[in-house]
Amino acid sequence: MTSGLVLDNVVTTYGAVRALDGVSLDVADGKITAVLGANGAGKTTLLRTVNGLVRPAAGSIRFGGHDLLATPVERIVTLGIAHVPEGRGVITELTVEENLRLGALWRSDRRRETVNGLATVYEMFPPLAERRDRAADTLSGGERQMLAIGRALMSRPSLLLLDEPSLGLAPRITAQIMATLRRLSAEDGLTVVLVEQNARSALSVADSAVILNLGRVVASGAADDLAGDEQLRHAYLGF
Amino acid sequence: MTFLNLVISGAANGVVYAAVALALVLIWRSTGILNFAQGGMLMFTTFIAWDLVHLHGANYWVGLVVALLAGLVLGAVVERVLIRPIEGGPPINPVIVTLGLLLLLEAVAGMIWGSGVSSFAPEFSLNDYHVGHQLILFSPDYLFIVLAVLGVMVALYVLFQHTPIGLRMRASAFNPEVARLLGVRVGRLLTLGWGLAAMVGALAGVLIAGTQPGYINPNAFDGLLILGFTAAVVGGLDSPLGALAGGLLVGVIQQLLDNYVSIDLDSFYTFVVLLVVLMLRPSGLFSRTAVRRV
Ligand SMILES: Nc1ncnc2c1ncn2[C@@H]1O[C@H](COP(=O)(O)OP(=O)(O)OP(=O)(O)O)[C@@H](O)[C@H]1O
Ligand SMILES: [Mg+2]
Repeated sequence: MTSGLVLDNVVTTYGAVRALDGVSLDVADGKITAVLGANGAGKTTLLRTVNGLVRPAAGSIRFGGHDLLATPVERIVTLGIAHVPEGRGVITELTVEENLRLGALWRSDRRRETVNGLATVYEMFPPLAERRDRAADTLSGGERQMLAIGRALMSRPSLLLLDEPSLGLAPRITAQIMATLRRLSAEDGLTVVLVEQNARSALSVADSAVILNLGRVVASGAADDLAGDEQLRHAYLGF
Repeated sequence: MTFLNLVISGAANGVVYAAVALALVLIWRSTGILNFAQGGMLMFTTFIAWDLVHLHGANYWVGLVVALLAGLVLGAVVERVLIRPIEGGPPINPVIVTLGLLLLLEAVAGMIWGSGVSSFAPEFSLNDYHVGHQLILFSPDYLFIVLAVLGVMVALYVLFQHTPIGLRMRASAFNPEVARLLGVRVGRLLTLGWGLAAMVGALAGVLIAGTQPGYINPNAFDGLLILGFTAAVVGGLDSPLGALAGGLLVGVIQQLLDNYVSIDLDSFYTFVVLLVVLMLRPSGLFSRTAVRRV
């Protein structure tokens, strides 16, 4: 059985800046965990440390029995972890379909997976199907977000890391994306780590949440409890 | 008819410049490095082919294939050994390293093969075609050159656009970080990219070496590098199609100016073309940014 994602006392520094200052986190399997906090709180650093783009100065990160700190970035996806980077990270020079294909390219059964995956993603996000042969830089912000999520799903992950998927999107599109995450978690048992500035919409779909401030976890608990805690909301979440 | 003839022979020369330009473009767009050593690398692989064919009696085709493979290996080794360690450093570092490699290769070639001139006999005739009594400035050897370069370009196009490895190479070039997150082994593909680029360069070297008796010596290809560089810049530096167009344009203009103005100013024309293009259209004629603006 997988034991999910577990961070223990992770410290990540950029020179003198301690972007993560002893973060411990146990991500519940099959649930949506929101990671909230102000600009510079360390949310992006948390995800980049998990997938190996930056290496921590101390602590441990394990996922389903694997030591992620000993895993090269290129191997992370093969363990079932997919990442939707901040600012979406679609490769604008490639077409929509090429971006999606990349998601399943590491698999040994990629022919079948690509066919199935494309069908699933196009059904989930019809605008992508109409634009499959267009360069990704012609997509709108919302379409790019769909593409980034669709590409992540092409690898058939068990853990999806999302970095501010609502950034720059209209409320209606944000709500659509949140509903999609909810459905993937409920129907497919996908584990989601959802980094957000937009605390209100993140808490509305998350099962639990942690609040980061200056690299430390300052609060964690069930999403409803955090949303109901007025003091916390005023201090860290701004709504 | 003279004019048409000049255009034909200029374009035929231009195809070789285009191959060199393509070698530069492939590396520029994947690593943002201008490989000044490319002239030295293709000189070296051409010498290897010449050595096999003229000193050891090998068949021309064996020489050509060995030169291509040597280019592939040389490019890959250069990436692994010289370029990888300076990745992410100041942008001046690759300039110095590739210029240093150029000088090194020229010096080593001089030690091995001497600095005198040598001739590489072409496989096909250099006698121009006739249509009736009309001379066409185009020969069987140039026909081979055009077909070989275009064949390689088509093969590379198919590789990049229609195979999984090509998709990985493009992803690595355009967005290495995202590519790694998607499981692409970016480092390996950069090595392969350098190898392929150097292979295209190696082809250009062997092809052009046969077009003139006494062409080869350790410094003979410096001019070709400058022409290829001009073609690449004219084409926008990041566009393979631009490299082809740039090569043809530079070849034709060079031939026309040689004929109608003076051949003594030959190398000067290259700079004029470069200057004019950069003034009129700083990002080159075919660069992606220019296309976007239109
Ligand atoms: N590459 C870097 N080099 C130096 N400092 C960095 C780097 N990346 C992040 N930091 C610093 O680390 C801290 C945490 O940054 P991080 O990007 O993780 O914040 P964040 O919570 O994602 O913020 P935002 O909501 O604005 O995206 C900030 O103080 C930031 O300035
Ligand atoms: Mg961030």
